[in-house]
Amino acid sequence: MIKAILIFNNHGKPRLIRFYQYFAEDMQQQIIRETFHLVSKRDDNVCNFLEGGSLIGGSDYKLIYRHYATLYFVFCVDSSESELGILDLIQVFVETLDKCFENVCELDLIFHMDKVHYILQEVVMGGMVLETNMNEIVGQVELQNRMEKSEGGLSAAPARAVSAVKNMNLPEIPRNINIGDINIKVPSLSPF
Amino acid sequence: MPAPIRLRELIRTIRTARTQAEEREMIQKECAAIRSSFREEDNTYRCRNVAKLLYMHMLGYPAHFGQLECLKLIASQKFTDKRIGYLGAMLLLDERQDVHLLMTNCIKNDLNHSTQYVQGLALCTLGCMGSSEMCRDLAGEVEKLLKTSNSYLRKKAALCAVHVIRKVPELMEMFLPATKNLLSEKNHGVLHTSVVLLTEMCERSPDMLSHFRKVHKLVPQLVRILKNLIMSGYSPEHDVSGISDPFLQVRILRLLRILGKGDDDSSEAMNDILAQVATNTETSKNVGNAILYETVLTIMDIKSESGLRVLAINILGRFLLNNDKNIRYVALTSLLKTVQTDHNAVQRHRSTIVDCLKDLDVSIKRRAMELSFALVNGNNIRGMMKELLYFLDSCDPDFKADCASGIFLAAEKYAPSKRWHIDTIMRVLTTAGSYVRDDSVPNLIQLITNSVEMHAYTVQRLYKALLDDISQQPLVQVASWCIGEYGDLLVSGQCEEEEPIQVSEDEVLDVLEGLLVSNLSTPVTRGYSLTAIMKLSTRFSSVNRIKKVVSIYGSSIDVELQQRAVEYNALFKKYDHMRPALLERMPIMEKTASNGPTEIVQTNGETESTILDTKHLPSITQPASQANDLLDLLGGNDVVPVIQTTVPTKPASAGGELLDLLGDLSLTGGPTPTPAPSVPMSQPPFLLDGLSSQPLFNDIAAGIPPMTAYNKNGLKIEFTFERANPNPNIAVITIHATNSTEADMTDFVFQAAVPKTFQLQLLSPSSNVVPAVNQGSVTQVIRVLNPQKQQLRMRIKLTYTHKGSPVQDLAEVNNFPPQSWQ
Repeated sequence: MIKAILIFNNHGKPRLIRFYQYFAEDMQQQIIRETFHLVSKRDDNVCNFLEGGSLIGGSDYKLIYRHYATLYFVFCVDSSESELGILDLIQVFVETLDKCFENVCELDLIFHMDKVHYILQEVVMGGMVLETNMNEIVGQVELQNRMEKSEGGLSAAPARAVSAVKNMNLPEIPRNINIGDINIKVPSLSPF
Repeated sequence: MPAPIRLRELIRTIRTARTQAEEREMIQKECAAIRSSFREEDNTYRCRNVAKLLYMHMLGYPAHFGQLECLKLIASQKFTDKRIGYLGAMLLLDERQDVHLLMTNCIKNDLNHSTQYVQGLALCTLGCMGSSEMCRDLAGEVEKLLKTSNSYLRKKAALCAVHVIRKVPELMEMFLPATKNLLSEKNHGVLHTSVVLLTEMCERSPDMLSHFRKVHKLVPQLVRILKNLIMSGYSPEHDVSGISDPFLQVRILRLLRILGKGDDDSSEAMNDILAQVATNTETSKNVGNAILYETVLTIMDIKSESGLRVLAINILGRFLLNNDKNIRYVALTSLLKTVQTDHNAVQRHRSTIVDCLKDLDVSIKRRAMELSFALVNGNNIRGMMKELLYFLDSCDPDFKADCASGIFLAAEKYAPSKRWHIDTIMRVLTTAGSYVRDDSVPNLIQLITNSVEMHAYTVQRLYKALLDDISQQPLVQVASWCIGEYGDLLVSGQCEEEEPIQVSEDEVLDVLEGLLVSNLSTPVTRGYSLTAIMKLSTRFSSVNRIKKVVSIYGSSIDVELQQRAVEYNALFKKYDHMRPALLERMPIMEKTASNGPTEIVQTNGETESTILDTKHLPSITQPASQANDLLDLLGGNDVVPVIQTTVPTKPASAGGELLDLLGDLSLTGGPTPTPAPSVPMSQPPFLLDGLSSQPLFNDIAAGIPPMTAYNKNGLKIEFTFERANPNPNIAVITIHATNSTEADMTDFVFQAAVPKTFQLQLLSPSSNVVPAVNQGSVTQVIRVLNPQKQQLRMRIKLTYTHKGSPVQDLAEVNNFPPQSWQ
């Protein structure tokens, strides 16, 4: 069983936190900090398995992690999961993210935290591996996203139009053009 | 009220914060806005607000006020709302909050929704955080969905069922009928989760396991699926680096392991496929290795044929040579598991394992160290020890304590010669001296006393080590103890093993005094060195110097040192005649006989003077007191005869029995090592103070009630029990034979026989006359080894002469209390 899935960056800032076992909020943050400490100390050419920190509790748990660019993907698992298999699973997850976000980078994870959760939900459910076929996962996520879009999405439709206008970048319109002697006054046009 | 900002906006804003305080401020402002928005019961923006709340929760800020809002979202009709609502429920709620039960109805409705994605969401949530009440209520729905033809829902239902079974194990039977057809699915997702469900059921209930083996015939089905996966050639759908659905293969192999464990038929059925997988899998990528690894574990766990096992171990050996660190780590872990059962096969890879000790990776080093200790045996001890000592030199401090203990254990078991053993210990003490465990100091000292011929060599080497470095406390303690004991050998330059060094008495005393004043010495070490100096007063001639040192410390601030110094001073002044006897050489200590009766010691340790008296007068028959008897024993070899003469004249008292016990167990002297910190003198009796946790030689403490084994014709035989402490399989029985008739029973011989699974050792009796009218008793110790912990039974034969006529009797003793053999 997978006990927790943590994604954080090279400075320890959490990008995705999913616990499959109950921990109080402050415990969760402590676990994140401790895991970051353990994982960031590791060299790049050592093995990807760490005996779990004391907080996650128990000697049965291992931390299996992979380092991609600026992000650490850490899966905390117990002995019922194959260590090498989990490494592959992390790879599948990252590749799926790549397919869903088109060349995924850290910013995508930051701004679309909810979407990442939904993708993860299709891969791991209740601490157990649900689906490992990338195309399957991507397909399901796509269909669900489409459903959401048809309803107006998270932002809720009316607000979208307004904010679209607000965010439009209009060039500055000159009001007064001084051409020297000729004093031509240009009428001020209302902004559109 | 302006529309609440979007999630993206919030994230952007928070990222502009330059300090933690700024971030906190922004978040608090936003939380306030969200809270007022919630109060307005605004349906349009609720999903947006909850999304923002979840983001802030991830950063570590409290978000519990959003819990009810999640529930409202779940109840909404829009898919968007449900999606974020369920996510919020999974992240913010758990079964500890009462609120979560309100979800049950929503989930129930959603499980029957027309849209499969809504059903999927409901299954997901139930499978993640459903409490036992919820699971009980909704198990029927889940079971229904398990039988649906929609593969998307089926796979989710399978995992949800696993969660339900974990929460409410009684419901397992409910899912049994649905599992019949699970494995005939084509969809790999469903297959995968079905195997997980079957694994969970087999692990939880042995009944299920046998059901699946026999009735369901699971093994052939699984073998078939696995075969298809391997033989099917390239399938773009499930391909991962050239292997067809490795995740499913690994899962099936794991389930096969559970099914085959301990079962001949199942193991037989899977032998072929395992061999096939083991030989045909590509090992160039991680996925192939994952499958191989799983196969190896399965082969080792089931009742496979030996050829297959050898193949498995060879695969592990190949893994060890792989460049990939992960593979090596995994190989070492599995070798550690198999080294108990297939020791010889693993031995073949010993050199590779020893090489792994030099790896840079901490995890690999630790595994390699554990494995190396498991592989040490009489043949390879010298080579292995060289490697391990080298490892000890260079490893991290966290490893040093474990490594040192491991080395001591290995050296003790397999040392080819005493000199080698002592050299190894010296090496460990000098390299990792400060990391050595506390209990190794007494063990080492005991070892040194036992190797009598090496005393001179040992003390010389220890002295030299002390000259070099006094910072490592265990080394210093052992060294000062040895110098105290064998200082005369050191000064006389008697060493045979190596070049004797020229040391004068003053130099030795200089070193010891140096220890006393040094800042590096702990109080314990100081105690050792003071005692050592004192002991040298009988071995050296410069007594005045020693007297001076001892009297200085009579006013030391350290209470322990002060007490010792004062007592030693008293020894010089008032009891000088006793000093030689008291401080003479320690006798050889028997390791297992540290059955130190600490209770007895309490009575011993009361007054110094009584003990000194008794020590001084070993040949006088003393009043029967436990303390004295024990003392006689501990006095040394010369005192042993005293025990045997004094015993029969004493009435059967607890002390007497104790004495016999100790005598019969052939203790030749003080059963304990000295250096417990609380021991003020080197007198044997006080030694026992230091014995911390040895349970008593006292029946009552052992808790096993005595029993009457035989009672006929005035002869009564009672058994009392103790446990020989180091080995719980040995029961030590003391028989007490008493005679209530008017005439003595002479030529009394007690014999016993036990069933074949036991081993019996009968020690010599205290005497062969059982005095009349219960005036005394004959005691004898029986030691019974009971490795299989079977019920203890015994047949006894008694022969004696009573009133001139010989009597012989046989009896069976069956009424042993259960604690004596459990």
